[in-house]
Amino acid sequence: MQGQVGRLLEEPRRDARHVSRGSLEPAEHFETLAQQERATHLGMWLFLTSEVLLFGALFGLYTGYRLEYREAFSQAVHHNNIAIGTINTAVLVTSSFSAAWAVHSARRGSRRGILVSLGVTLLLGLGFLALKAIEYLEHFAAGIYPGALYRSEELPGHGANLFFTLYFFLTGLHALHVVGGLTALAILALLAARGRHTPERHTSLELGVLYWHLVDVIWIFVWPLMYLQK
Amino acid sequence: MTTAAPPLEVAEASHPDYLRAESGVRSWLNTRDHKRIALMFLVAVNLSLLLGGLFALLLRVELLTPERTVMSASAYNRAFTLHGVVMVFMFMIPAIPTVFGNFLLPLMLGAKDVAFPRLNLASFYVYLLGSGLTLWSMIAGGADMGWTFYAPYSTTSPAAVAPVGLGVFVLGLSSIMTGLNFIVTVHTLRARGLSWHKLPLFVWGIYATSIIQVLATPVLGMSLLLVAVDRLFQLGIFDPTLGGDPVLFQHLFWFYSHPAVYIMILPAMGIISEVVCTFAHRPPASYRAIAYSSLGIAFVGFLTWGHHMFVAGMSVLDSGLFGVLSMFVAIFSAIKVLTWTATLRRGSICFDTPMLYFFWFLFLFIFGGMTGVAVATSSLDVHWHDTYFVVAHFHFIMVGGTLTAYLAGLHYWFPKLFGRCYSERWGMLSSITVFTGFFFTFMPQFLLGNAGMPRRYYSYPEQYAWLNVLSTGGASILAVGLLSTAACLAVALARGPRTSRNPWCSRSYEWLSASPPPPHNFLTQPDFERSPYDYHLPETIGVAAADAAAPAGQPAPSPGE
Repeated sequence: MQGQVGRLLEEPRRDARHVSRGSLEPAEHFETLAQQERATHLGMWLFLTSEVLLFGALFGLYTGYRLEYREAFSQAVHHNNIAIGTINTAVLVTSSFSAAWAVHSARRGSRRGILVSLGVTLLLGLGFLALKAIEYLEHFAAGIYPGALYRSEELPGHGANLFFTLYFFLTGLHALHVVGGLTALAILALLAARGRHTPERHTSLELGVLYWHLVDVIWIFVWPLMYLQK
Repeated sequence: MTTAAPPLEVAEASHPDYLRAESGVRSWLNTRDHKRIALMFLVAVNLSLLLGGLFALLLRVELLTPERTVMSASAYNRAFTLHGVVMVFMFMIPAIPTVFGNFLLPLMLGAKDVAFPRLNLASFYVYLLGSGLTLWSMIAGGADMGWTFYAPYSTTSPAAVAPVGLGVFVLGLSSIMTGLNFIVTVHTLRARGLSWHKLPLFVWGIYATSIIQVLATPVLGMSLLLVAVDRLFQLGIFDPTLGGDPVLFQHLFWFYSHPAVYIMILPAMGIISEVVCTFAHRPPASYRAIAYSSLGIAFVGFLTWGHHMFVAGMSVLDSGLFGVLSMFVAIFSAIKVLTWTATLRRGSICFDTPMLYFFWFLFLFIFGGMTGVAVATSSLDVHWHDTYFVVAHFHFIMVGGTLTAYLAGLHYWFPKLFGRCYSERWGMLSSITVFTGFFFTFMPQFLLGNAGMPRRYYSYPEQYAWLNVLSTGGASILAVGLLSTAACLAVALARGPRTSRNPWCSRSYEWLSASPPPPHNFLTQPDFERSPYDYHLPETIGVAAADAAAPAGQPAPSPGE
């Protein structure tokens, strides 16, 4: 006990970065590693909750306008390319699986497994963005732009205009999250190449993958709202 | 205040406190210590209070005479907008959590720091960035849409609305970071033996606040981001000429901004709960009533946003429902008020400055709360909506409540923060001045509103003149009171006598460490098995152990280890 107190007073502050490098020592203000892991996981879940509410505001807005412009929204949904939307859903769900496989590989201590799974995830993520870009270009070709720039002759009127403004805002924000997630996964892959994710300690990988799952889950809600309707 | 116990002085000499442990500008700007971050926030939010206060004075000077006094109508619009934005987003929302929450939460939990110290420091810089963006709009011509950003005016006004919207969005990020950090800290960093039902009540207040911060702030962030993007790229999401619906903006805005009122008042209630127990030397009349009513307010607060929109186009049924739900808040608040009052019964009450602020809080909170129930009644609200009655109501409850609690906390924990005592007589006189000024600023506004004077107008008919003069007079007294408080504390900071560890004889956990505390809060882990309100036990228990253990750096044997 006295030794503990002595250590507490004398030891200089350890940089928190030190901890993420696969060290098995907790950061200074935690007593045990388990306590620290519990804290970082809880923190991540809270962050994801706030992200859900960020998108929730847009979903709320969508609901409000859909009630106001039933017909126009339904027509606009039909205009969207259901094939690309559905393929993209499959792409993201698959990428979630490969991301989860990376965590599984880390638990088994397979560095190669982590790298391959993350590589697949990155490729699928880039594929998603590429398909999204093609879709945007199709829209632009048809005169479908957000806001005041909107000049589609096929779907005139305020309702369709609002639908596509929300569409661009929602999918654009989601695409930004995809880019963020891919950046995080790329960094985690670099760390994996240096052997930083050990079977005992791979919190950063778990958190990054958790974030990627959120990106996937949000898309699962965007998909029916923007592509699927009778 | 009592004198210091000698052993502690010895301990302080060998273990410098957090203020002196490191020196130099970088040791502050790059610190991870929650206490130093709290002090940096203290400086920042006080500057915001000063700025918001200056704008308020400008408004009151303009309203001194019925027609133009010192500024044009558009300058007046900008002044009240910046007064509202600065006070709400830069002072009242962050003030108590970032200053006292940061400083005290780890101390009250027996932790060395918050769960994510780097995130904590980052939240400070994000706060500065958001404030910078907001203030930049002032230089870039000012914003004139009021703190509520109502569309379509906010999306079409020629003023610099976008930087304010982005600034408040960034301030929201800082707020989310703080809330997230505190929730995780309470869940994971409680000392051994410290169960939820032994947490000091301030922790419950901060915890409930943090939940609202994490859940509601993103929605506001998104609404304001939409307004800002709308202005930059003409999205037209809230613009009726493009089919948008301005009322939807109001729904989104108030979904956050009504709970935001509880972000301001719940931590204030936490301070009040601590102050009343310490200065009455009594445990709370019902610990659970106070703790759970905080959570109750946080929950119901999410279901009341519609009462801001009774006249904005809402069905009678909706109005009725929102009205009734809003009154539930009054039930939880009444539970708190009655519990605080019952705590005083048979207590041995010390009338020091923080206790004086407790009484001011109680008066303003009850009066403001009662008028709150009145404006939640939709039929009455039609008469009062957008008049000075509403202005007076929310200044009483939201500003009065938060400000008096903030000042109570500032005096109560001043010895904890800086290890010095302020002049009790000076503090009391300032406190009385603050309350007198506040009362005479806003009481006339209730009467003005009831007589029909609308808010946000820079001129008014002759018959409202004398009440406006009274209100401006009150505002001047309030300014004098606040400046006097600042002077009192500044002098104490420079020349105040050194304090003992626990000058108020409180039993709460934060006083178990030295005042000011060492960098890691506790030299020896104190006993968290006992309650923070065990005033029925002799004073020396727990305290004696801490004092005796401190000098040699020897730990007291604790059952947990």
